[in-house]
Formats: sequence, C-alpha cells, structure tokens
Amino acid sequence: MPILEAKQITKYFHEPETVQVLKGVDISVEQGEFLSIVGKSGCGKSTLLYILSTMDTDYEGTLNIKGEKLNGWSQNQLARFRNENLGFVFQFHFLLPEFTALRNVMMPALKLGKYSYAEIEQRAIDKLRMVEMDGFAHKMASKLSGGQQQRVAIARALINDPAIIMGDEPTGNLDKVNSQRVFEIFQELARQNHQTIITVTHDQDFAAGSDRIIVMSDGQIVQE
Amino acid sequence: MKRSLTLEIALTHLLTKRKQTVVAMLGVTFGISMFLVMISFMTGVNDFTKNLAMEEAPDIRIYNPLEIEKNTIIAKAAPDTTGNLYVVHHQRPKNVVPKLRNAIMLAQSLEAMPEVKGVAPQVATQVFFNNGPIRITGSLQGIDVKKQGELFTLARKMDAGELIDLLGINDGVILGYGLANKMNVGIGDRLSITTSEGSILMLRVVGIFSYGLADFDNARAYATLATVQKVMQRDPSFITDLHIKMYDNNQAKAMAATISKRFGVHAEDWSTANAPLLAGESIRFAMTGIISFTLLLVAGFGIYNIMNMNIINKLKDIAILKATGFESRQIVGIFLWQSAIIGLLGGVVGLLLGYGFCVALSHTPFPGGSVVRIATMPVNFNPQHYIMGFCFGVITTVLAGFFPSLKAAKVDPVQIIRG
Repeated sequence: MPILEAKQITKYFHEPETVQVLKGVDISVEQGEFLSIVGKSGCGKSTLLYILSTMDTDYEGTLNIKGEKLNGWSQNQLARFRNENLGFVFQFHFLLPEFTALRNVMMPALKLGKYSYAEIEQRAIDKLRMVEMDGFAHKMASKLSGGQQQRVAIARALINDPAIIMGDEPTGNLDKVNSQRVFEIFQELARQNHQTIITVTHDQDFAAGSDRIIVMSDGQIVQE
Repeated sequence: MKRSLTLEIALTHLLTKRKQTVVAMLGVTFGISMFLVMISFMTGVNDFTKNLAMEEAPDIRIYNPLEIEKNTIIAKAAPDTTGNLYVVHHQRPKNVVPKLRNAIMLAQSLEAMPEVKGVAPQVATQVFFNNGPIRITGSLQGIDVKKQGELFTLARKMDAGELIDLLGINDGVILGYGLANKMNVGIGDRLSITTSEGSILMLRVVGIFSYGLADFDNARAYATLATVQKVMQRDPSFITDLHIKMYDNNQAKAMAATISKRFGVHAEDWSTANAPLLAGESIRFAMTGIISFTLLLVAGFGIYNIMNMNIINKLKDIAILKATGFESRQIVGIFLWQSAIIGLLGGVVGLLLGYGFCVALSHTPFPGGSVVRIATMPVNFNPQHYIMGFCFGVITTVLAGFFPSLKAAKVDPVQIIRG
C-alpha cells in the first residue's frame, strides 16, 4: 500500500482570473521512495506539493496519507497530523530568528509532547549531529549562514521522525557544496530510515540522483 | 507543556523587541496611573465637600416652613362655587410661628426610634452682631450643648476655647472664625446682639469655631438654648428646629417621609436639602468615568496597533509554526500572552506610579483662599480604585491583543511560504 496516494487533484487559481493550475493529477508514492518533481516554472509542481503537504485545502480530488483520507479534516486536525507525520524543508530556511538552532529543532517535538523535555533535547542534538550542525546548537538561528540554516531546518523536519519529508526547492538557495550535502542527507534518510522524500526542484543533479522523477507540464504529469 | 511553549515563544518575542514592549507597556502604565490620579482626586474632592456640608448638617431636619394658605377664607365661607369665581390677588403668607409644637415630646419619641441616633433641638434666629459701630447680620443658634457635642462635629471644629465652655457662664457665645475676625473680638471679649424684634443682649465670647466653609464661619454663632430663648423673649419650650442624626444616613429619605406622616410635621432629609451638591457630585463622577475610560481606550488602541505591527512582522514565523503543526489556538495563545504580559506589567507599574502621583498630590498645597480652609489637595486612597484600574487596564490590553491574535491565527501558511 502506498504511503501517499492522491487522485484526480484539480486546482484553480481565481486571482487575478480563473486559471486551472492542476488538471486531474494522480500520484502515488511508496514508503522509502526518494521522489523528485521537476518542471518549468508555473507548471503547478509547487502547488501540487502544498496540496500533498495538507497545508493547501482548496482543491478537488482525494488525498490519502498513511491510509488516512484527509479530505474534509479541519485545519487544526491537519496541523496535528502534519506535526506528527510530515516534515518540511523550504527554499528559504524559515527558522525562528529569536531562538537558538537547538530550540528551533525542538519546537515541533515540544508541540507534539510525546517525549520528555530531556529526551527531546537529546533527540534534537542527535538530529543536528546527523546534519553536522551539533557544534552550532546554541547559536542563534539568525547568526547562521544560509547553508547552516538549511541543515538546521532539515534537522527540524526530522525531529518527530515523520513518515514523509517534503522539500520545496530545498537546494534552491544553496551553493554546490551545500546542495550536495543536503542531497546526501536526503538519500541517507530514504535508504537507511525508509523515510519517504518528496521534493520539488529545479536542480538537475539533485533530481538525477533521486529514485524517481516526475516531470510536470501545464498542470499535468507528462513523464515518469 | 504546550501552554508553556506558547508562553515561551511569547516571552522570547517580547524580550527581543524590548523597546517596542516598553512603549506598549508605557501606554497601559500612563493610562492606569492617570485614571488613578483622576479618580482619587475627584473622589477626594467629593468626599471633602460632602463632609464639609454633611458633618454639621442633620440627616433630617424638622421645622415649620413658610407656607401660603391655599384655601382662601372666602372659599371657606361660601364653599358652593357654582356660578361663583373667587380671585384673590397677592395673598400674604400666614403668620407662621416658627415654634415647633410639643418639640420636647416629639424629640423624645423620635429618639425612641431604633434608626435614630439622636435628636438635637435648636432655636435659630437672625440677629445683628454689634461691636462698637459695626453691625453684622448673622444667625444665632441656640443649641443643647451636650446633644450637639454628641451628634455633631462642632466640638472638634473649635479653633479656640471649648464647646463645653458655653455651659460655664451665663450668656456665652461661640463665634465663627470669619465673624470674630470681622468684629475683631477674641475669647473673653464682649459683644452685643440685636434681634429683629429689637431686644438687645450682651454676650461674652467663649470660643471660636471654623468649619472651613465661608457660609458658616462668616455668619454663624452658637449659644445655649436658654440664652437664645431669653433674647427672643420666649419660654423654655420654644424650639424651632429638631436636628436628627441617623445611624445610616442613606435611610434618611424614607425616614423623613415616615416622620412627616406619623407626626404631621415638616421633615426634610439631607439629600433634598443638598440636592445641588449631590448633583455636582454625580456630574464630577461621570466626567471622571468618561475621561478615565478614554485614557484606557487610547492605551488599548496603542496596543492594538503595536500587536498588529508585531503580527505583520512575524508572518513568516506564524507560517512556519503552522506548517510544523501549531494549531490556531496556540497561535492565538502566543500573541494573547504577549498582550496579557504587557497589560499585567504595565498595570503593576501603573499602579505604583499612580500611587506615587496620588501621594505627591496629597502633599501639594491647596490654595483654598478664604472660602474653604484646607492645607493640601484632598486625595482619596481607596484600594477599590486600584483594583478597578488594574482590572480595566488588563482587560483593555487583552481585548486589544485578542483581535490581532485572531488575525494571526487565520494566516494562510501557503501564501506566506510561497511568497
């Protein structure tokens, strides 16, 4: 059974005029798969990702993640679901600038409240070590470089051991060396932890290294 | 855990934007402290004027008012009015004897009533005070020295001499401070009084009182009942006023009605006699309320603005918190905590500052002039005002923070993250 299955995803943008951005997209992802979605700007790949992420609920079609049909859930229910099951890495790093790297990583776990404070702290340090950022744990997020911030953001995405990690151009803002580092982390997650990776990317090398590539054009999947 | 997480984020936000936090706090602080100063001073003035007028005023006063006889004598003679029309121009008032009938008996039965603290009989008359060529009009009140001392504050308002000294000699008099000054007399000096009927009596000054109210101090004098009855050439049963003190003066109005009905006398309660004073008080109170409310409202708008700005600055953070699983009520919590903390801290500082202002004000000299004699500004220290100001302040801030927080909770993370 696929870990994520979306059927006939259709979406319109109404501003400034009504445009159909997604035209009945079907997509199914297995556990442990490293999937890249590529395509030209405006083809609807990011839009699709945000629908799959449960953050965008304004669409037609059905979405199942981990066997749960998520259509019709309230925003708060979806927030709890994301907290436990999904991790995000964005193009811009989106750390909370007033907090330390460690605190940023701990935040989703504190929200989940599954572990004690001490355990969460230990887990956060482990995740930071995985992305080789444990030396910067007590630095303010705003004091870190772009590549460092992105790695902290990945550690944050991993803190609750989510089934699926989603990335929206996770290397879009990074240089060659840092991009390579991020790619390696993702590959390791898929291979060793059997976590599912879904990324939207423009980076040819990044996409080429993933298990599966989906090419989108004009709101449809044109090539697998 | 979750709640303390929102509190932690709120505190971090406040601490990283220290200047903004302090500015928001100052709004509440000044709002509350000004509210306290206003209301403490206003109620201080109210209490001061009320005490001034009330302390010596009876709760209920029984006397014979001047009345115009409504029934003309001709109508009595020919009660059948068919075909007749009586028109009486410029009717004269009846000759009302100011004497209260059976005053001593009446006083006794009034004192037997459980609500009544005591009854002080008085004989009041208009006189001229003469010292050499000076003639000053004023009122001379014959009092029952013991009762007056028990029920009213005269004994405590003596500048010189004692109230009790009236009993020590024949024909002693206690003069108002202003009156004594005008006639340039002191204790032991003699002066003569002339009544409207023309009788003259020499009195010896045994004391000088001052209420701090020009009306009283410039034109009033007290003597024993016997002295005044003597100068008016009346017998010892001649009493013009009964002054009643109640245990609870709020019952005076109902009590006055009861007394009027039961004894068939004219009884007037303090709120009727002092209606303009009470009206002034309620107007001052309404003004204080409106101004204080406006102050807090302005502070509230300040916080509303600051919180709105804050949330616009924090849109990215809100988006990421929502993306990583924070629910709406937790987002609301983060920002509501911030305004609550601003309100609480600003409120506490406001209370201290307001108290400080009130203390300073209560030590400020008050230029009362000759009208009222008072050394410093009258300021009321009522803990209730402090509780009220604090609650108003915190409620306003929390409300002012609530609506921006709701807006924060409605932020669509996709829109922010996609840019």
